[in-house]
Amino acid sequence: MTAPADLSVAGDPQAAEAGRARFDELIAADSRVEPRDWMPEAYRKTLIRQISQHAHSEIIGMQPESNWITRAPSLKRKAILMAKVQDEAGHGLYLYSAAQTLGISRDEMMAQLIEGRARYSSIFNYPTPTWADMGAIGWLVDGAAICNQVPLCRASYGPYGRAMVRICKEESFHQRQGFEILLELMQGTEAQRQMAQDAVDRWYWPSLMMFGPPDEQSPNSAQSMAWNIKRFSNDDLRQRFVGMLVPQAEVLGVTLPDPNLAWNEAEQRYDMSEIDWTEFEEVLAGRGPANAERLRRRREAHDEGAWVREAAAEYARKQAEQSAAA
Amino acid sequence: MSTPGETGTEPWPLWEVFVRANRGLSHVHVGSLHAPDADMAVRNARDLYTRRNEGVSIWVVPAVAITTSDPDAKGAFFESPAGKNYRHAVYYTKSEGVKHL
Amino acid sequence: MSEQTHGDVTVDRVELAEELAGAGLTGTGSTASPDAAEYALRLGDDALVLAQRLGMWITRAPELEEDVALGNIGLDLIGHARSLLHYAGTATGRTEDDLAYWRDEPEWRNAWLFEQPNGDFAHTIARQLVASAYLFELYGDLADSTDPTLAAIAAKAVKEVDYHRDHAVQWTLRLAGGTDESRRRMIVAIADTWPYVDELFEDDELVERLEASGVAVRPSSLRERFDAAIDAVFDEARLERPTGRTAFIAAGRGRHGGHTEHLGPLLAEMQVLARQHPGASW
Repeated sequence: MTAPADLSVAGDPQAAEAGRARFDELIAADSRVEPRDWMPEAYRKTLIRQISQHAHSEIIGMQPESNWITRAPSLKRKAILMAKVQDEAGHGLYLYSAAQTLGISRDEMMAQLIEGRARYSSIFNYPTPTWADMGAIGWLVDGAAICNQVPLCRASYGPYGRAMVRICKEESFHQRQGFEILLELMQGTEAQRQMAQDAVDRWYWPSLMMFGPPDEQSPNSAQSMAWNIKRFSNDDLRQRFVGMLVPQAEVLGVTLPDPNLAWNEAEQRYDMSEIDWTEFEEVLAGRGPANAERLRRRREAHDEGAWVREAAAEYARKQAEQSAAA
Repeated sequence: MSTPGETGTEPWPLWEVFVRANRGLSHVHVGSLHAPDADMAVRNARDLYTRRNEGVSIWVVPAVAITTSDPDAKGAFFESPAGKNYRHAVYYTKSEGVKHL
Repeated sequence: MSEQTHGDVTVDRVELAEELAGAGLTGTGSTASPDAAEYALRLGDDALVLAQRLGMWITRAPELEEDVALGNIGLDLIGHARSLLHYAGTATGRTEDDLAYWRDEPEWRNAWLFEQPNGDFAHTIARQLVASAYLFELYGDLADSTDPTLAAIAAKAVKEVDYHRDHAVQWTLRLAGGTDESRRRMIVAIADTWPYVDELFEDDELVERLEASGVAVRPSSLRERFDAAIDAVFDEARLERPTGRTAFIAAGRGRHGGHTEHLGPLLAEMQVLARQHPGASW
């Protein structure tokens, strides 16, 4: 792994000092840091970790939904779902590109993923046993993701922010199509309504966990906020998300599975039950219902595609040789 | 000095992608991708960056082929224009209010 | 519903309809004759069955860029299928989904090529090469059909299929000219695929009737151009076109409801959810 931005100042403390001053200035002015700027090693590492995890989440996140492409119950839904899963592949690629500008190759990131050395959003380790899960993922999981991602469009690292702008634009339909799936189900037969409510019951809490641990237990948050990577705290975003869900759930006619969920007028926030963080830790630690399955699929695709990637590289090499000889 | 991102270690090299959104506009950098060669790069770029009618023309450039200015020379490199605001129309205030100028 | 609440960034609205290739062609209002409906069913089934196969690649492609590429092709094909099945259904008052989800295997009219399993990437590329070279010639001619609906569908489809053909050609060249292993796999894949080629070009009474009134394209009339296009690719890739006719396969039975072992499981998977909830809307 090379760190191109450091090459020019390696062994030159004066240049590094000037670089640091420049970096601090950019952050203070809420400007953007670009790939070849000097940046603190910790900033680079934090970004590589965050952006690659984000990319992995897009790629692994394709799986629970692709599970239903072949069984989608109408051709319209089939097309929408296929477009959505395909978008996620695209989003993974935008993010890998952004991470790559920090000096890590996509091959290395992919190796980290399939060898189980990298994390991705633990939400994708839950299975999708019913069609209503396509609705719940769109409404709740993509909804939570959008809450997280919209502020990231202003992340201090230029390539990350630009990738997020692109992603947010494209994702505007993802949440809406999920909402629509649930709405159709809730307006359908009794069996369809039950399917929808069951999916909401299963995805509601995991989607709230997507915002990460409570603020007082989130050690990296303060530094990320100081660097203008993160703009709002985990709990703030979670509150904002729940505030969006409540009226939407009413439109749908689904019940959010928290008996203690209520608006607290005095504190201007929602009261809610304690989140079961033991479950979060378990899933995060790789003991979720589908962890092994998700990694296996990715590893198999990567391994079984090796001969194709090699073939294309070899063909390119031969063509280049031929045109050089000509 | 090439663009950041190309490590030279990957079997499929990195390509930078530029898309012309409409006739009359410049090609604008939109991101990068991996492809074994130029033919595939331009096709992958079509699939990846123009899924929603974002473009009418695409350039792909091997990331290694791009030369960038030295970021540490930023001050000196871009200093010169700073003192030459007479290159901008707004410098000329006396003609304000005169039509067609 | 979310972008306004966040303030910071304006997110362009992307209308769902734009996500749906072909959506604009459904609902043109014209009703197909029984013959034209049967013909549209053949073409629609070809497209839908192939799209279903390509949908199985997503998350399993050799590289992420290829997940996106195969997804694009699959989406185009679903678009064609929807337009064609919609039109076919107008003859009998059925919707595209009635036809996709509530017909049993003997009622399917696709040719055998389209239902063949994905196999390895070389097999998928060989199937894509044959399918797209055939569809390109077919839609190119069908764009001049005297049936305005079929002509409109074909005019849109031919441009998309042109890209599918290019994709298949590029990969054929790379697999055939890449490593020893990829070349070996490509040759095997072509040999395995070729028995299904002849069926595509079989004429029967239906197409003869429809061709007489300028509605349909006679499949046999496409063969020469198809062979020439394939030969050009194979020349460059140093591949041989397999010779010898496999008569038992080329009997054109797919067009009359006879299928290989592979269609049943494909339909079972595709239709399972819809059939669990008769009358439901999604």
